[in-house]
Amino acid sequence: MGANSLPITFIISLFMGAVMTMQTQMNIENPLLPSYTVGLVTRDTLLLEFCSSILCLILAGKVGSNIASEIGTMRISEQIDAMDIMGVNSANYIILPKITGFVLFIPLLVIWSMFCGLIGGYFISLMTDLITPATYIYGIQYWFIPWYVYYSLIKSVIFAFIIASVSSYYGYYAYGGALDVGKASTNAVVNSSILILMLNVILTKILLS
Amino acid sequence: MIRLEDIHKSFDQNEVLKGISTVFETGKTNLIIGQSGSGKTVLLKCIIGLLEPDSGDILYDNRRFAEMGQKERTNLRSELGMLFQGSALFDSLTVEENVLFPLRMFSELNNKDKVKRARYCLDRVGLKDIYSQFPSEISGGMQKRAAIARAISLNPKYLFCDEPNSGLDPLTSIKIDELIMDITKEYKMTTIINTHDMNSVVTMGEKIIFIYQGDKEWEGCKEDLFYAKNEKLNEFVFASKFFQKNTENAFKE
Repeated sequence: MGANSLPITFIISLFMGAVMTMQTQMNIENPLLPSYTVGLVTRDTLLLEFCSSILCLILAGKVGSNIASEIGTMRISEQIDAMDIMGVNSANYIILPKITGFVLFIPLLVIWSMFCGLIGGYFISLMTDLITPATYIYGIQYWFIPWYVYYSLIKSVIFAFIIASVSSYYGYYAYGGALDVGKASTNAVVNSSILILMLNVILTKILLS
Repeated sequence: MIRLEDIHKSFDQNEVLKGISTVFETGKTNLIIGQSGSGKTVLLKCIIGLLEPDSGDILYDNRRFAEMGQKERTNLRSELGMLFQGSALFDSLTVEENVLFPLRMFSELNNKDKVKRARYCLDRVGLKDIYSQFPSEISGGMQKRAAIARAISLNPKYLFCDEPNSGLDPLTSIKIDELIMDITKEYKMTTIINTHDMNSVVTMGEKIIFIYQGDKEWEGCKEDLFYAKNEKLNEFVFASKFFQKNTENAFKE
């Protein structure tokens, strides 16, 4: 679930870091702004928003739908009933490891995403003449605020909890057939995403004020 | 022995069970028969505790389910074995791990003995050499056998089977029926089977209750079935031309 998301996180973050660097450079035409601003803006955008909120929105689609459809299929194929009859606490047995696993793994994914995003920007500095590698490296180190990393990690842990618990809820209470499992999966992704976006505003207000 | 006392169950305005009382005896294969939508599955789910009856009581060897605390209910569940219509084997586990699952959860045996017990159960239902295969890699009949092995792994006192023959060919169905009967005698269990397969009824019906629109319409055994003077039961039993002909021939002889 979390470990399997490493490749997709790598691809998305690498390209997003690259695109951010290019777009920032292309939009800075003011000669008063130093060229290292490109690295600084790329770094802060990645740290503050992309690696926590946007990555979690993407993972809500991948991991959330996976959890909801897996548990939903277990429900409609009576596997959850089988556990209940045995006296096993099915919710505890099925859902708790998923929430725990994802919440514990998400900080690694976020750090991995930060690293890949910054590397993506560095590749642009190497392969184009938009910015020199030395300026880019100077920019990503300039005025670094460590709290932004903690802020990103705190947000991602809360978002991971939302993704895993909302998706598990929709899967666990699915009923009917294959169509209903599909609906449960869609509802899980949509509602997780809405909750993430709403909480993002609240957390930003609390943690960055 | 399981005793049902005036079980009622409704879903919104729809009364599905209208006061069912009966006794399912130990060491016998007890059948619940009836048309689709008659309330068989709801009754079975009430007996195993997946649904709570609106009124009435269920007694497991004189222990009232309604009066049981959470701990007693959990203990009771370890005495239940269930064979689901679709087998309900866990997809992510191998056949052996499926049978080991209840043992790992509730048995105090050491790990070696748990594996030994799981393999004994699998061998007992005729599933040798497929321990490491996944449910999706074996046939429907084998899945049913594996589910039976899982159901008997903890030596249950009560075995419940929901449509054990659905989706199986006649030959495999007979084998599954025989296996359930043998296991019932061997483990001296109270077995309750929910079916509308008439072949199973005439093979296994040591005690039969016929449900019609949520009411218990008739009660008896397989020997009484063809001589019963209940119109609704006759309509159900003789719906098959095969049974009509055979019964006519039997009466002629």
